[in-house]
Amino acid sequence: MRITDQELNEFRAEVSAWLRDNAPGDPGFLLPQSFMEVGTDQQFDFLRDWQRKVYEAGYLGLAWPAEYGGGGEDQALQDIATAEMVRQNVPFMTNTIGLNWAGPLILHMGSEAQKQAYIKRILSAEDIWCQGFSEPDHGSDLGNAQLRAIREGDEFVLNGSKIWTSLGAYADFIILLARTDTQTNTKYEGLSYFLAPMKIAGVDPSPIKKLTGEHGFTQTFFNDARISESCLIGEEGGGWQVAMKTLTFERAVSGGQAGGVASMTVSAREVVELARHALRDGRPAIQDPLVRDQLVSFLMEERGMALNNSRAKIPALISERPASIALSRKLTGTEWRRRLNQFAVTLQGANASRYVGDDSAVDGGRWQRGYFQAFSGTIGGGTTQIQKNIVGERVLGLPKQD
Amino acid sequence: MSEQADIIFTDEQQQLLEIAEIFSGNKSPMDAVRRQLEAESSIAPELWREIADLGWLGIAIPEEYGGSGLGLGEVATIVEPMGRNLFSSPLISTTLAAQAILRGGGEQQKSQWLPRLAAGTVAALALTEAHGDWDLTNLTCSATRDGDRLHLSGGKTFVTDAEMADLFLISVELAGEPHVVLVEPSDFGADAMHREIVIDESRRSHALSLDGVSIHLDNLLPSANLHRLHLAACLLYAAEMCGGTAGVINVTVDYLTTRRQFDHFIGAYQALKHPMVDALVGLEQARSHLYHAATVFDMNEGRGEVAVRMAKAQAADAFAFASDRAIQFHGAFGFTYECDAQLYRRRALWCEQQHGDGAHHRKHLAELLLD
Ligand SMILES: Cc1cc2nc3c(=O)[nH]c(=O)nc-3n(C[C@H](O)[C@H](O)[C@H](O)COP(=O)(O)OP(=O)(O)OC[C@H]3O[C@@H](n4cnc5c(N)ncnc54)[C@H](O)[C@@H]3O)c2cc1C
Repeated sequence: MRITDQELNEFRAEVSAWLRDNAPGDPGFLLPQSFMEVGTDQQFDFLRDWQRKVYEAGYLGLAWPAEYGGGGEDQALQDIATAEMVRQNVPFMTNTIGLNWAGPLILHMGSEAQKQAYIKRILSAEDIWCQGFSEPDHGSDLGNAQLRAIREGDEFVLNGSKIWTSLGAYADFIILLARTDTQTNTKYEGLSYFLAPMKIAGVDPSPIKKLTGEHGFTQTFFNDARISESCLIGEEGGGWQVAMKTLTFERAVSGGQAGGVASMTVSAREVVELARHALRDGRPAIQDPLVRDQLVSFLMEERGMALNNSRAKIPALISERPASIALSRKLTGTEWRRRLNQFAVTLQGANASRYVGDDSAVDGGRWQRGYFQAFSGTIGGGTTQIQKNIVGERVLGLPKQD
Repeated sequence: MSEQADIIFTDEQQQLLEIAEIFSGNKSPMDAVRRQLEAESSIAPELWREIADLGWLGIAIPEEYGGSGLGLGEVATIVEPMGRNLFSSPLISTTLAAQAILRGGGEQQKSQWLPRLAAGTVAALALTEAHGDWDLTNLTCSATRDGDRLHLSGGKTFVTDAEMADLFLISVELAGEPHVVLVEPSDFGADAMHREIVIDESRRSHALSLDGVSIHLDNLLPSANLHRLHLAACLLYAAEMCGGTAGVINVTVDYLTTRRQFDHFIGAYQALKHPMVDALVGLEQARSHLYHAATVFDMNEGRGEVAVRMAKAQAADAFAFASDRAIQFHGAFGFTYECDAQLYRRRALWCEQQHGDGAHHRKHLAELLLD
């Protein structure tokens, strides 16, 4: 069943019109830039309503199986809907962990009961999902996770804590990596993976204040929290493989995500506009040769990343290292975003010192805040340095450091 | 941006790429590259003949003139694997000369020269002058008209493959305007040419004196369009540099996975591993810009200029970084003539400095994108 170009174009026009008519306007309060930054009830309610609306209109999970609440359509249609959301810069889908990581994982390897229970409610944002991978003492070294899950009959009892849990304060479920066995040969073999409820006795998310001064993630404490063995996904002791599979969804190395965007886009063009208004020695900064050189570099990189995505679809042009573009995408995009925001701050002259909340802050301080927030991308989901290890080892074939 | 972000890679290109990868790999292994450094010309005549027989010199020449009627995008596709193997040949200069004649020549000039160039006649470009300015319209060489003759004067530099060339395309100022004239070797005096010592030892580069050269007016191209010629050169150099970057990354990775220090393969150290990833990321971006430029170059001049300048700038910076680190990461071996890193570094410097480096192109991009 091949969709014609005409059908695609009609669909694009339909989504485009729907978004124009239905996208929420300015809510009158500060919206977060990504799902990792949702910090107030007001923000959360607003974003959850928006996701439900998009789902009900039929523009989310279009390519997920219809029997579990998806659209049962071709992926090409979802790609168009997502691209339109990016183009119109509408708010992101707040249930990103459910839509893009837990959801595809459950569809890929979950039991029938799990698919029935979770998929539709992920799409409609009735269930919000969070991710319990990192721990206070084990972040990049994820395989060393120590949160204990001890089997008691057909239940597991959880003790320990997870940290940096995005959406932890709102989540209904958590994808949880926990240690079920401490006597294994390697640290990886003792891990198991759970789809665990958050709103039960013994699970206690405690908000953490971020460098921006806002709330965003939590430390999530587990004190004798009891979950059913049916929460297991994959084998008991096979959690590491499931976690690795999750990361391929998270880093968009594997497809199957529900669609929609996880964060607001920033474009180098916005910084070009900023440079028209900022002053250097009495003249617009955009006339300064060094500023011009930087702006062009940002535009080039931005286009280079978009072109990488086009080229990645042409097998003959990626044959030597097929995974290269896919595996370096996160690293490239997040570092670019951080540097772009940083540059936008420095463009503002003395006003660069103002921050969100100050009446005179340039663009309401969005660049200062954007710069801080950009570290969520370069640290969260595996740091830039870890990404470089991965690309160096898996793509270039360089040896691991032991 | 998204509407612009497209790459079209045709079946013809895919075939060309595959053949050129095999051909360049076979014909230009590293010992052949090294042997060629000492040779008279940049390529052995038999090998040049093979390239002509493959039809590669006529790729961007219309069928009516003996070519295959494709475009420069297809030429870029074969130049890339050649660059990877440090192949040296007059293919770029001959292709560019054909383009200049095709776009700016009169019917007589086209039918006289294009079939010959497609069949293997070597053409050299004499566009650069002693001042070293990348602005090809900054000309001190001149032509003065005398009846139906043109008297040339001045000197050109970096005329590559002059020793093999049966045709020279020379830019001169005539009555205040830049022009291109066609000159044959027999038009030059005995001492007109002398070999230059250049950083990329695989190139055969010459200085050319025009003093005393007199040609018939028929050899003036009706239109010069040095701007397009410059952009076409940038596209092909970008391709050569992308190939070179891929080549030097592989050479370095080989060393990093075989050399041991402190009981480890040195590639395990992040001080080496992470810059190698930076080099790879630079290459991926350069190749994407390249194939985008190859796609739009012949489709749309304005958009083509932005794409080509980005491709040249990105490839120049990527190749410079990868080849510079290649020397460092080989330790003292990298400091030797024997280590292949220097071959790539020299090639990178040549390609970067011909037709504008990254900063130069970004400056022009700023005018196109910001003003
Ligand atoms: C905004 C945000 C949201 C997050 N959301 C979640 C979430 O929802 N769920 C979740 O589980 N986690 C989440 N994280 C946690 C994130 O996955 C970890 O922060 C990350 O994996 C790094 O772990 P760490 O913070 O313990 O740093 P560490 O691992 O302690 O690293 C410290 C520094 O050392 C470097 N480093 C560490 N190991 C190496 C190495 N082998 N080679 C080179 N350099 C190395 C790192 O790059 C870093 O610069 C979030 C993080 C952020 C910032």
